[in-house]
Amino acid sequence: MRKPILALAFASIAFSANAETIEQRAAPCLACHGEKGQSETENTPSLGGQQAPYTLIQLFMFREKLRTFGPMNEMAKALTDDDLRLFSDFIAKIPKPAAPTEAGDPARLQRGQALVQQHRCDTCHNPDLSGKENVPRIANQREDYLAKTLAEYKDNSRHGYDGSMADVLAPITPEQITDLAYFVAHMR
Amino acid sequence: MISHSSTPRSLLLAGAFLSAFTLTAAAQQPAAPAAAGASPAAAPALPPGSPLIGRPAGNEAAAKLAPNAPPPIPAAPDKLPTAKLKVPAGFNIEVYAAGMANARSLAMGDKGTVFVGSRLVDKVYAIVNKDGKREVKVLASGLYRPNGIAFKDGTLYITELSKVSKIDKVEDVLDSPPKPTVIYDKLPKDEAHGWKFIGIGPDGKLYVPVGQPGNNVLHDDDHGQIRRMNLDGSGAEVIARGVRNTVGFDWHPATKQLYFTDNGRDWMSEDVPEDELNRIAKGGEHFGAPFCLQGNIVDPEFGWGKSCSDFTAPVGLLGPHSAALGMRFYTGSMFPKTYKNVAIIARHGSWNRTKKVGGDVVVVKLNKDGTMKSMEPLITGFLEDNKYIGRPVDVLPMKDGSLLVSDDWNGAVYRVTYGKQKVADKQ
Repeated sequence: MRKPILALAFASIAFSANAETIEQRAAPCLACHGEKGQSETENTPSLGGQQAPYTLIQLFMFREKLRTFGPMNEMAKALTDDDLRLFSDFIAKIPKPAAPTEAGDPARLQRGQALVQQHRCDTCHNPDLSGKENVPRIANQREDYLAKTLAEYKDNSRHGYDGSMADVLAPITPEQITDLAYFVAHMR
Repeated sequence: MISHSSTPRSLLLAGAFLSAFTLTAAAQQPAAPAAAGASPAAAPALPPGSPLIGRPAGNEAAAKLAPNAPPPIPAAPDKLPTAKLKVPAGFNIEVYAAGMANARSLAMGDKGTVFVGSRLVDKVYAIVNKDGKREVKVLASGLYRPNGIAFKDGTLYITELSKVSKIDKVEDVLDSPPKPTVIYDKLPKDEAHGWKFIGIGPDGKLYVPVGQPGNNVLHDDDHGQIRRMNLDGSGAEVIARGVRNTVGFDWHPATKQLYFTDNGRDWMSEDVPEDELNRIAKGGEHFGAPFCLQGNIVDPEFGWGKSCSDFTAPVGLLGPHSAALGMRFYTGSMFPKTYKNVAIIARHGSWNRTKKVGGDVVVVKLNKDGTMKSMEPLITGFLEDNKYIGRPVDVLPMKDGSLLVSDDWNGAVYRVTYGKQKVADKQ
């Protein structure tokens, strides 16, 4: 019984937008993406501390269906330009995802770190992979989401805003993608 | 990896949220990660196209540089930097149209429609004049990097990343345009330098460049060139090689020779190589890239055993990393006489340089032998404190002699006029 009611509550958000605070409006986002900035939903990214210009671009791309994922296209459909800015700025202030407490598999971490250096991820994403401007924070992102995203950039099923990531991924093998995702998710 | 036990509530909420969209989501679930079942493909023989290849390691200043992505949302007309843009005495600049996300290449229809391509969004726009009012329409959407547009005899030609298409009698169907018809698709699909500027020459052929697939790379015979073809896509031939990435060209009004801008490689140094202004004098020339840069530097990587004398040198240099893009010759009568037949060039502005260069529109005058004589600013002010507040992409002279300039940072087109403008100009 609870599900339909909540779904209805969500559906009504679009209509009552003006009456609500950004915290209230963002609650459905955080339901999947994690209330404390850290997602606990499969293949769904953590949003905490994300760079606002990057989030703005992604929300814009979801709205314009330049990036296709049904739930997010639906979610962003009715948002105005100002809404997009409001959500992006709000998301940037949520605490960033925490680093894992355990040390992780040293061999995989080492391979992943070497790949980060070899492919210069740290240039655009910053040495601590916190991102800057239109380049996203990827440090401690969910491993499954990272692996999925890198694979989608590689086969160009996810079109970036520009083509940078498709180019970066061209020489990277599927095995290397799993090591990269492992390192980025587990870095401390 | 992560325990779910501690947050039952958010899971419930998540479930509720997902169920609300089951129907729409089902059709568009992303495919399983490509890793599953894919064979461990070896790295391709060609180097990847990342703009970062070649960046010197361990250099702090270099580490700060990366391409600048424009804001996705076009600026509202009252937020445009028009008042900050500077033009020489006697010139004026105004907003022609706004609200076109990522406005890039420009083309003019016979009936006064201005067409605008884009690179980071999926649209081609039409700026329509109706009863003295200008209106922006989306002419086509769902295109992939539709940067290149050209108009001839009623037909609009559109070039996406890897195909050329057209809309016939386009100005008669602006309200219900059909989907563009593909006329040519034998083009590589690389993202790096894959977007295209196109033009139709005095020979009635369509000119389509194919950039080099990366910053500084050896590549196959299908890249680093300019092709030309008939307007139905047949008879394609390569007319220039050694072209790294040209995003603007035009034919000289008197000599009918093709002049094109070409962007120089990154990460060699702050100050060299410079972007080039080239000229095709006879056809079949090789303009040097990636072996010889700016006509007089052999590339540190690929230049060994080569000599710049083996290649056609540029007729002029347009500044280091300045990203010289759209260029057209000015044949109008509104600007002063000294502007007759000058090349007007939009320099999008650098990213691979600590102190940014470009971010302006310049006037290039030529010597009698067709080489570059001088370069002077026409519009400046797009750069403020080493940051962009706008970035010019293409220029387009209008029939009345005024000049349109597109700005992909703000999603706008400006109009430059000379002299006192009367109300009558609004028609």
